[in-house]
Amino acid sequence: MFLIFLTSGLFLGWTLGANDASNVFGSAVGSKMIKFKQAAIIASIFVILGAVLQGAGGSHTLGKLGSVDALGGAFTVALAAGVAVFWMTRLKLPVSTSQAVVGAIIGWNFFTHNPTDMSSLTKIVTTWISGPILGGIFAVLLFLLLQFILKRSKVHLIRLDGYIKFALLVVGAFGSYSLGANNIANVVGVFVPSAPNITLDFGFFALNGTQLLFLAGGVSIAIGILTYSKKVMMTVGNSLMKLNSETAIVVVLAHSLVLFVFSSQSLSSLFVNIGLPPIPMVPVSSSQAIVGAILGIGILKGGKNIQINVIGKIATGWIITPIIAGLISFFALFFMSNVFNLQVSQNPSKFVKGDVIVEKNIKDHIDLKSKVIENFDLKNVPETTVHLYKTAVIIVISILLIILIYQIFIIYKLKEKDKIDEQEVYIKKYNAQQVLLENELENTNAVKERLEKEIDSKEKEQKKIALSIIRKNEILSKLKAEIERIKSNPEGSLKFSDLNTLKVLILDNLNLEKERKSLDKYIKELNDSFFQNLERKYPGLTDNEKKLCSLLRLKLTSKEIASIQNISPKSVEVNRYRLRKKMNISKEDKLSKVIRKL
Amino acid sequence: MLNIFKTSKSVSLSIDEFFNKIDLGTLNFKKGVKNYIEDNNNEFEQNLKSISVLETEADVIQRKIENDFYLHSLMPNYASDILNLIESVDDIIDMSKDVLSQFDVETPHLPEAIKKDYIELVNVSAKSVENVIPAARIFFTQPDNVKDYIQKVLFYHRETNTLSTNIKRKIFQEFETLKLSEKLHLRYFALHIEQVSDVSKNVAQQLSSLVIKIKM
Repeated sequence: MFLIFLTSGLFLGWTLGANDASNVFGSAVGSKMIKFKQAAIIASIFVILGAVLQGAGGSHTLGKLGSVDALGGAFTVALAAGVAVFWMTRLKLPVSTSQAVVGAIIGWNFFTHNPTDMSSLTKIVTTWISGPILGGIFAVLLFLLLQFILKRSKVHLIRLDGYIKFALLVVGAFGSYSLGANNIANVVGVFVPSAPNITLDFGFFALNGTQLLFLAGGVSIAIGILTYSKKVMMTVGNSLMKLNSETAIVVVLAHSLVLFVFSSQSLSSLFVNIGLPPIPMVPVSSSQAIVGAILGIGILKGGKNIQINVIGKIATGWIITPIIAGLISFFALFFMSNVFNLQVSQNPSKFVKGDVIVEKNIKDHIDLKSKVIENFDLKNVPETTVHLYKTAVIIVISILLIILIYQIFIIYKLKEKDKIDEQEVYIKKYNAQQVLLENELENTNAVKERLEKEIDSKEKEQKKIALSIIRKNEILSKLKAEIERIKSNPEGSLKFSDLNTLKVLILDNLNLEKERKSLDKYIKELNDSFFQNLERKYPGLTDNEKKLCSLLRLKLTSKEIASIQNISPKSVEVNRYRLRKKMNISKEDKLSKVIRKL
Repeated sequence: MLNIFKTSKSVSLSIDEFFNKIDLGTLNFKKGVKNYIEDNNNEFEQNLKSISVLETEADVIQRKIENDFYLHSLMPNYASDILNLIESVDDIIDMSKDVLSQFDVETPHLPEAIKKDYIELVNVSAKSVENVIPAARIFFTQPDNVKDYIQKVLFYHRETNTLSTNIKRKIFQEFETLKLSEKLHLRYFALHIEQVSDVSKNVAQQLSSLVIKIKM
């Protein structure tokens, strides 16, 4: 039953581990100086050690403030603190587990009429203020010391980087130890009065009930660190302020010293021995100690980057958190007592219905009958209480389970969101690539169009030249005919007009060879890829056959080809037939079509 | 855990070795140009060979340093700046080797009257390198003292510029017997030697901004 009630404390421990580990290792992990795995393992081990070995101090002070003497009360107080932290975090209000627990205990004090020890309260409130201030002072002193050492050490920057990594691990381990020692009181402090009186002997060491309680709390913090602190370290760890590695060491060490000072009983005893007042053992807010340290360094560096609203936020946290946690605690206790009849304290409370009746009966000396009935009712209460008690436990556990499932759902949702974001990035990349490809395609199309136009114009030019050759051949035929006519002239002598006619015909023909050559050149240029394809597909073709193919590609008739090649149309037909055979073209297929397809 | 110390020690030694190569390269560059001007061909060949070997070795070390930086995430906040610095320092030996190689391939004809000017130019240009390497070395141990060297680098860079301009003016205004092609050829060699000090200045500027960054 004790373990079931302890779940609220363990939940508080889990949230503390998930959030506050980033104060110790956030800068180191966020800046990739240390791997998360390494940091998480060290933090988990040292948090547990700190909790078990040095966790008692803070619990005593919380006990003095209000000794929650019933298990149900402890459960409700821890749950109220947890809910306050959870709710205020959701509302993005500044919150600290330490202040929430103190507020919840004061709420319990109010509910159960336990007097709030004002000296303890003053002590606690003083440390809330002195914690960040002390953090700032430690940070300034450590920063100056580190600067002094670094200036004189002349260590190589790369080696210094190695030393800093090592120092970050050591300081982180110390910080985790101090976090466990100081903040374990927040997690399980209220359960200490109800801790089972057992001792576990491990042979070489033994743990009593309270230490076992601290061990459970420490383990819950460690689970929080291992399961959920990575995200916080990567985001919150860096958002507070971007620190360089030397400053990160100083800040973490200053924060750790603050937590250590307020949880070390031996240090306090040492103070007493040398005549100084004892150090109060109080759980201090880890986040506020860190902020104090950062502000200290900020002031030392000239105070340019100090954000006044951060100080305002801390002060608001000091006031709002205890009040909200106290109110939640009070109403939760009222609800637990009156609805579930859960015993929240050993003392009677006027806010519990049954207790009011008892007091009234005693004071007014009501008649025996009614007293008997009252006693009878009271006798019957445990049975009923047990029943409701069980129901209450089931309901509360169900609520906790629902919260747990809700948290898992939220984590799942966030992961889904991350996946969707990642997919969106991919889609954006894909779209960008598509646009790029489309542009490339457009460019290629434009080039293709240009080339096609070029081919078209060249084809036209070829045809023009081919036609010109045809025309010139006609001229030559005319010339031949003219000469024949002159030869057959019966007078047998040449006339001036005949010579003139011949001259005109010859002049027309003068450029024939030139144009034939330029046609060959054009054919070769235009059909470069065509010839390559032709050679690849029909390797045995002669040059004349290739030329015939290129002319057929221009859709020239046999007569026109004959004229260009200066052969008879019949020879062209014969050449075409041979070409068909060589190219193995069936009778059904048209030679020119096959060639054009190439 | 011990790996952290081992890696950082090895990388710091590599950086020192890298700077040694650049230092030796600069000496070879200076001697090489002098030997070419004074027609000591064998020595010049030797200088060219040495600087080529040193340049290759410097490249190998540079790649090793880069690899170690990324693999062991050394100085994650400044890694890219430091690697850029190393690359710029490597540019010095690359440029020096290129200049010697150009002397070897193009064999420019230097008139007797201008030889002294070229020797002076190469000395001043090399001085800017000789100051920037200690600056880069000291950056890793005492960043505050970098500025002492930076001033010298900037001074020698300015001197190199002035000398180079004087040589160019002299070539084009006083040597009437030289062909225009020869004048242009000589002008380019003055420019090449000057560029070595330009790279030094670039390294000096990077060092200045790195010091500010690291002190923030």
